[in-house]
Amino acid sequence: MIRPGSLAGIAACLLLGACASERVVLLPSADGHRSAVVVRDQQSELLLDQPYAAAVRRVGGNGSYQSSPEEVNERFSAALAAQPPRPIGYVLYFEPGGELLTPASKAEFDKIRKEIAERAASEVMVIGHTDRVGSLPSNDELSKRRAEGIRELLIQSGVPAEKLEAVGRGERDPLLATEDEVDEPKNRRVEINLR
Amino acid sequence: MIRSYRLLLCAFLAAFSAFSVHAGELAGMVKTSKGQVTVERHGQKLVAVVGTPVEVGDKVRTSSDGAVGVTLRDNTLLSAGPNSLIVIEKFVFDNKTQDGSMSIGIRKGTLSVATGKIAKRTPESVDFHTPTSVLGVRGTEFVIEVGEGRDD
Repeated sequence: MIRPGSLAGIAACLLLGACASERVVLLPSADGHRSAVVVRDQQSELLLDQPYAAAVRRVGGNGSYQSSPEEVNERFSAALAAQPPRPIGYVLYFEPGGELLTPASKAEFDKIRKEIAERAASEVMVIGHTDRVGSLPSNDELSKRRAEGIRELLIQSGVPAEKLEAVGRGERDPLLATEDEVDEPKNRRVEINLR
Repeated sequence: MIRSYRLLLCAFLAAFSAFSVHAGELAGMVKTSKGQVTVERHGQKLVAVVGTPVEVGDKVRTSSDGAVGVTLRDNTLLSAGPNSLIVIEKFVFDNKTQDGSMSIGIRKGTLSVATGKIAKRTPESVDFHTPTSVLGVRGTEFVIEVGEGRDD
């Protein structure tokens, strides 16, 4: 039994030669955290919050169903195969108060430089941080110096300058939350984001 | 009094427009490319290869043998299969504050998405849309297919 509405829809679709059908499938997240997508149109809203939960929209009706890795592979393998490599984050730590890397982080630096060189069309973001010893403005300044120091080191080791951006976030984004004026080695760091 | 209001309004508008979205701003970069892929910018078609910048306002198009992967500046991963048309309608991201917003359209074809820093921090400022629907995300990976969609 076909409803008149869907019949009209099919007719319109034949006339226009364009019957839009759409599908959205939620995938498991790479980090294993729960995730969700809300699919909204003018009439309705559908929440996809389980891996492989799917929404379809086509002339004559919308619906949801449970898709599968097999179906996703069949319909989306080309798109998924073209996915760029995942961005990687590294953290380098500093001796107190200045721009000197800890010995462990110096060793790590060489590994990072190599990965930057190996990735196609790589771009690097260097973000400096401080602990809470010192004033806010002086820490903004120090975090920026740390980031720019690492940027310089990367340039000297052969990474082209135009691939590199450096910013300082001061003490406002600690890895470990502390009281003011606490000397915390884990917060004296530079994050390197390679994408 | 009115004058100071006007001043305030001007300041507000100035601040707002400084944050507004300008076509031509760097949104990301092509990281993978297969077959025929083009970026359409100001009515011109550019061949998209690995390393081609992607700007706000660009239309990324793949042919029947094409596929493309783009990493946006906030680490969002977009990749499209053959016969696809993806539009970077809006993208703003401040490296320093990590604030931003984005709006990406898929007009036809297939798109796979792994969301990035903006979606993690302010999911409400991220949307993906098809010809009929808008998708809101919460730290997510998903795929979208639009059959027989729009060609421009």
